[in-house]
Amino acid sequence: MSGFRTLLFKELLRFWKVSFQTIAAPILTALLYLLIFSHALESRVHVYPGVSYTAFLVPGLAMMSLLQNAFANSSSSLIQSKITGNIIFVLLTPLSPLETFLAYVLAAVVRGIVVGLGVVLVTAGFADVSVQHPLWVLVFAVLGAGILGALGIIAGIWADKFDQLAAFQNFIIVPLTFLAGVFYSVHSLPPFWQRASHFNPFFYMVDGFRYGFFDASDVPPYLSLAMVTGCLALLSGLSLRLLHTGYKLRH
Amino acid sequence: MPFAIEVSDVRKRFGTVQALDGISLAIGKGEFFGLLGPNGAGKTTLISILAGLARADAGLLRVMGYDVKGQYPHARRALGVVPQELVFDPFFTVRETLRIQSGYFGLRNNDAWVDEIIERLDLTSKADANMRQLSGGMKRRVLVAQALVHKPPVIILDEPTAGVDVELRQQLWHFVRELNQAGHTVVLTTHYLEEAEALCSRIAVLKQGRIVALDTTRNLLRGVSGVRLRLRLTPDRLPAVFADQLVVKDGDSYVLAMESYAQIEGVLAHLRSERIEVQELEVLQADLEDVFVQIMRKH
Repeated sequence: MSGFRTLLFKELLRFWKVSFQTIAAPILTALLYLLIFSHALESRVHVYPGVSYTAFLVPGLAMMSLLQNAFANSSSSLIQSKITGNIIFVLLTPLSPLETFLAYVLAAVVRGIVVGLGVVLVTAGFADVSVQHPLWVLVFAVLGAGILGALGIIAGIWADKFDQLAAFQNFIIVPLTFLAGVFYSVHSLPPFWQRASHFNPFFYMVDGFRYGFFDASDVPPYLSLAMVTGCLALLSGLSLRLLHTGYKLRH
Repeated sequence: MPFAIEVSDVRKRFGTVQALDGISLAIGKGEFFGLLGPNGAGKTTLISILAGLARADAGLLRVMGYDVKGQYPHARRALGVVPQELVFDPFFTVRETLRIQSGYFGLRNNDAWVDEIIERLDLTSKADANMRQLSGGMKRRVLVAQALVHKPPVIILDEPTAGVDVELRQQLWHFVRELNQAGHTVVLTTHYLEEAEALCSRIAVLKQGRIVALDTTRNLLRGVSGVRLRLRLTPDRLPAVFADQLVVKDGDSYVLAMESYAQIEGVLAHLRSERIEVQELEVLQADLEDVFVQIMRKH
């Protein structure tokens, strides 16, 4: 096995060994969101013509879970390794920064997609959800999980303590995903908040992903694709830079 | 490529502390080399820089001729490090840990060697146990095994016997000695000086980031001036004339320091003249601890 493949395998094995917590739990949480929100709002909110509110929620919740779990995978793996000290087993090897980056990000993508797929499968029974453009769904799932995987690397390297990472998660990742139009269309917002939403990169991930399901979106899917690709390039560049310089890893 | 490790004028500062202040040394292939010094002398910093866990502010470091920075994939393949801290990944079993470590080095079909080190380090009964279930001593063995999965020509052990029981220590040294005899270069840091004396052919002593002694173990021991004489006397009284030479009164015996063997006869003659009888007499050879203490005092 090459070093890259081993690190990828190890990262996959790591979350798979605790899959109850890393896969089943977020799927259950998303299902609860769906049941509660659809019960409360199904008859009151209509977003796209011909799409029920419950069906509208499914891709949003799937993407939210996908993004949060992709972030959790790389960030928690890195901070745990740093705090317990076993990060040296990776640092002592000939693995290059690029191999390290790709392994962590791909493992995050796999976990994100497994959770996202699980959410779609579990929630699909409660709504009539069809996929209009599967390729767009796949592209946004992979790019979105890749972005959060890269962001997880940055946060995992930067954080010295678990509470710093929790702050990153609770004050940045969760608000940005919640405010990305998971539960509503940004067109339903006042003009100021609509414009503000356009500065939230998570909005483009959710909107592009949802376009793949309904053939309808708040902004054109190619704009979302451009924004998401740009974000991935930027965050990948930054996390590769951190790995290359050894910031907080190699003293 | 004459040396296993070459270190040239290496400097490293952490904030206001100069951890390494111009270290230069070369360790030959196949040597068993000791790196000694008090806590904070810079031993672990030097090892960390060699292993790529830290970066030097200045200076050059090579492992088997490969620059640790510019040619890091080669340098790291040539090096196995047993870290001082008892670290482990709680997600995996012993065998998984070793297979994964082996895979990081790009090794395919390495299971035969993994099985061999599991057996030689007496880990067979725990091979499929989770790392969390292992005792401290067992975890230490896994660390040694992890450092060896890629068969590195150079092995660095950073205080591997700290907190380890006598039996495991003996086993570990037997194993490391065998590795050395098989051609591996071994670098050892330890606080147990008798260990370094028994194992290392050459020793560097570090203090405050500098090398204050670097020689063969034999020459270092020779360099300690004088011998010590342990005496039990009747009556139990040491003449005042020897007060300056008294190192310690150990129970009912006296330990005297003297510059050479030639002085022993003078001591005995003086005791006879004072009608003091020698009940027991023992000439003590200088050991590495004396060398260490003397070097530390001098610098």
